[in-house]
Amino acid sequence: MSKAQYKWIGTRPDRPDGADKVTGRARFGADFNLPGQLVGKVLRSPHAHARIRSIDTSKAEALPGVKAVVTAADFPDQPNQIVPTGEMQVNLRDITRNIMAREKALYEGHPVAAVAAVSDAIAKQALALIDVDYEVLPHVIDVAEAMKPDAPLLHEHLITEGVNPPPTKASNIAKRIEFKKGDAAEGFAQAEVVVEHDYTTQAVHQGYIEPHAALASASEDGQVQVWSTTQGHFQVRGFCSRLLNIETSQIRVTATEIGGGFGGKTVVYLEPLAIRLSQKAGKPVKMVMSREEVFRASGPAPGGNVHVKIGAMRDGRIVAAECRVDMQAGAFPGSPVGPACMCSYACYDIDNVHIVGFDVVSNRPKVAAYRAPGAPISAWAVESSLDILAQRLNMDPIDLRLKNAAKKGTKTAYGVTFNTIGMVETLEAIRDSEHYKAPVKPGYARGVAAGFWFNVGADSSAAAHVGEDGSVTVISGNPDIGGSRASLALMAAEELGVDYNKVRPVIADTASIGFNFVTGGSRVTFATGLAVVNSVRDLIRELKVRAAKIWNVDPDGVMWENGMAKPAGSNVGEFEPLSLAQLAAQAGRTGGPINGHAQLNVTGAGPGFGVHVVDLKVDHDTGIVGIGRYTAAQDVGTAIHPSYVEGQLQGGAVQGIGWALNEEYIYNTKGRLENPGFLDYRMPVASDLPMIETILVEVPNPSHPYGVRGVGEVPIVPPTAAIGNAIARATGIRMTDLPMSPPKLSEALDSAALKIAAE
Amino acid sequence: MTEIQYKVAKNIKDACILMAAADGKGRILAGGTDLLVQMKAGTQAPGTIIDVKKIPEMVTIAKTKGGFRIGAATPAAVIGEHEELRKTWPGVVEAINLIGSKQIQGRASPGGNLCNASPAADSVPALVAAGATVNIQGPGGKRQVPVEQFCTGPGRTSLQKGEIVVSLSLPARPKGSSDAYLRLIPRTEMDIAVVGCGVSLTMKGDTVVAARVGLGAVAPTVLLVEDAAKALVGSQLEDEALEAAAKACSAACRPIDDKRGTIRYRTKIAGVLLKRAAAIARDRANGISHTAH
Ligand SMILES: Cc1cc2nc3c(=O)[nH]c(=O)nc-3n(C[C@H](O)[C@H](O)[C@H](O)COP(=O)(O)OP(=O)(O)OC[C@H]3O[C@@H](n4cnc5c(N)ncnc54)[C@H](O)[C@@H]3O)c2cc1C
Repeated sequence: MSKAQYKWIGTRPDRPDGADKVTGRARFGADFNLPGQLVGKVLRSPHAHARIRSIDTSKAEALPGVKAVVTAADFPDQPNQIVPTGEMQVNLRDITRNIMAREKALYEGHPVAAVAAVSDAIAKQALALIDVDYEVLPHVIDVAEAMKPDAPLLHEHLITEGVNPPPTKASNIAKRIEFKKGDAAEGFAQAEVVVEHDYTTQAVHQGYIEPHAALASASEDGQVQVWSTTQGHFQVRGFCSRLLNIETSQIRVTATEIGGGFGGKTVVYLEPLAIRLSQKAGKPVKMVMSREEVFRASGPAPGGNVHVKIGAMRDGRIVAAECRVDMQAGAFPGSPVGPACMCSYACYDIDNVHIVGFDVVSNRPKVAAYRAPGAPISAWAVESSLDILAQRLNMDPIDLRLKNAAKKGTKTAYGVTFNTIGMVETLEAIRDSEHYKAPVKPGYARGVAAGFWFNVGADSSAAAHVGEDGSVTVISGNPDIGGSRASLALMAAEELGVDYNKVRPVIADTASIGFNFVTGGSRVTFATGLAVVNSVRDLIRELKVRAAKIWNVDPDGVMWENGMAKPAGSNVGEFEPLSLAQLAAQAGRTGGPINGHAQLNVTGAGPGFGVHVVDLKVDHDTGIVGIGRYTAAQDVGTAIHPSYVEGQLQGGAVQGIGWALNEEYIYNTKGRLENPGFLDYRMPVASDLPMIETILVEVPNPSHPYGVRGVGEVPIVPPTAAIGNAIARATGIRMTDLPMSPPKLSEALDSAALKIAAE
Repeated sequence: MTEIQYKVAKNIKDACILMAAADGKGRILAGGTDLLVQMKAGTQAPGTIIDVKKIPEMVTIAKTKGGFRIGAATPAAVIGEHEELRKTWPGVVEAINLIGSKQIQGRASPGGNLCNASPAADSVPALVAAGATVNIQGPGGKRQVPVEQFCTGPGRTSLQKGEIVVSLSLPARPKGSSDAYLRLIPRTEMDIAVVGCGVSLTMKGDTVVAARVGLGAVAPTVLLVEDAAKALVGSQLEDEALEAAAKACSAACRPIDDKRGTIRYRTKIAGVLLKRAAAIARDRANGISHTAH
């Protein structure tokens, strides 16, 4: 179906949650309160690595006003079992140790105990009264250091997976993975040009503006209610059920409005602690992290070390590619090294590819998902190397990429063969854009880079209910981070043939709708969108049955068009069309309430490709980079609500720019984080950036009725290399380590100047 | 739990008495943009908070024998709107107006910026370059100190028990004078100076006849760099003179390596900013205006 045939899809109505959000009425995590609630607080390890010999909570428990104290002893130990969380995998044995340290504290900020008290001040006082006897151990922060045989060992049981024969000694390397296509060695043997470089990136935080917050109320009869700012309340329920040994039906989780997540709110930190404290205290317990706690103990996205080797012919055809990624997992195994490896060359059709990845633990907080987890790290290296190749071959960087672009039928190194994709169209969109065609302004230089993400489907449930007056409530179970309510309502309105304003989308708690997997992997508009469409189709089926009853005809003789039941043909008989309101008014006489339902495991997520172009200038004396113009083009499937699609592209680009220029976790020699706040963890501010321009390339996903692809991940993938490539062209200096912060760039400029002077 | 007393001082004497009575646990509240943030973070726990914003002399700007007296608690926004002050001391005003954001500007004061005693405080290098004096009052009466002698280390000042800063005096300005302040921050806003540099010049024709240079964030306190001033005086700001002054600035640096910048970087940037700020001050002295940077 062409877009012109849509009435609602592709329009830009106000979002259903907009008024509440701009008036301050919307309630976020920390806005929920219950009568008699206590304040919960966490005691955190000051050490990067320490054995916990003992914890004495007696003085804290004796303090008047303290109602409960918990330590790891209050949580059952868990089996060595992997469960999926959003875009990443976690091990139950590890999660219980991450929410509350057991044998060892593995990073600074690792929870070791928690208290619930009648006031903030008493809770703080109680934390100070808890005696933890630590045996401080040598720590390791850096991945390369952590991989050395004599590195301090985090987990005595950790034997590297994926190595044959398995090692006999424990190490910090949790896993080795490998992807192969063709014969890389043979490819390099025929290559006429080879580029080979090492790159590094630093850990970065998702930087959501709303800190983690949870309110839990456990009743005497065993029921538990939780209000939490999360990307997946069903995940919260699932984790708490496992970690606390409570049946899922006994836990009811409500997702509050959410002030950003970007993947970082797909795991649990506070919820199990708040529930256990509430059970012990017999009162509701509310816990809210400070920004410092957010930095020290939640997220971040990993940093990684990447080695890239690319071989090409003089005409630009890439004949061989290698990539090795060593990635920080944080204190527990499970970095996104898999997706980093798989995405590395996914934009390109290359015959011979060899990719190896290592998942490495070190004394940092356990990493969490962050927009296209892992992909920006390998893309930084691959897309920088491609730019070097383009310079060597004296080729336009877009032309080089077009020559090698993946298309329908391209087999990836990780085994999947692409269906309809838009890599070529996206490259062409940039090549033909006003931005790319405009000459680079004097003093500026231009860089381009591409990026890829799979996008995700998975489990979704939805329901569509018709009210007595014929208006419709669409119920689903995914927290709305990026405007998904609006997109779901648009698809429901389109399908049902009614006005967008007659459809009210609602996000139900875990007891009020069937299971929905997290809001993550850019799956909601795609997968939950499909569930909504199917629930509306189920509703239409029921509406036809009701009309058939009224007309006394066979349901097959009824069709649904423009929000009305009509006779399907003249042979059915002459009947006036019945509107939704008329059918609703007669529902009592035709079979009762009119509802539709759908539940499915959604497959066929369409992958997305992005190409970004940036014009920037470098202050040679200070190393400060000024972004002059920035355009992000992306293969977005169908833009259901174009404003929110553009918003995803802009947000991702801005986060990527921060990753490129300033953001990094800075550790001191004791393994403590030095910059746990927005002053010294430098995300871009509005005045740093121009308006991010967007180009939506609509290549519909054949596996979705409206052609939806996820759009939120891809835009964070290209920015780091686009900026590095522009810096290289502005200065002649190829930066290989992120961030390209003013001191680092200035030092690189100075040493290059010295070298030139010496020559 | 400890209780915090909040008192509003009616006049300067009242403020000094309240400070003395608080027995070392008193804190003056001007805009509160440092104090309240520090209390929230738990690094400050005053017994008594003494609000001085109701004392007219402390929140107004007065003209004095050719110079200006700025009340210590005068909000930055008010200072930015003072036409004549802005014309005479554009560098001092731009430094004060760089503090924080629009919201912060409505509250933050130069007195608070100085008394907080951060080596990276934005207004202080400009005030040092301007040759400002600090007017202090306390149980022992009134006294004055040059602004560069006021702070003794990060977070430490030379205020004695019960003393408060009443105002800052800017001297009379000879013809052909102007000033400029530049800071380096990795972002464009809402950041803390990696280096800050204030330059004040008096020109006679194309020649510099008087100069003062203040340098922030490169040592435990803001520095008056006399060697840099010497290199500028008598010159026409030729490359060699600027280079020599920049070298003097770099040589004066005793910075630390920290999350905000390396020793190497700070030392280099001190020289870069000196050159750029001197050029702006010269242009302004010649009637060429500079606003955005
Ligand atoms: C978001 C934000 C951004 C900021 N950005 C900047 C920036 O860019 N540059 C910069 O330099 N600073 C910045 N600051 C810090 C702060 O705003 C400035 O230092 C400001 O000038 C402090 O002034 P105030 O009036 O708010 O001081 P207050 O907080 O009221 O006082 C600061 C300290 O000085 C003492 N004090 C105040 N007045 C007197 C007095 N008259 N006599 C004796 N003691 C006194 C107080 O007791 C307190 O200890 C920022 C702060 C925030 C919150």
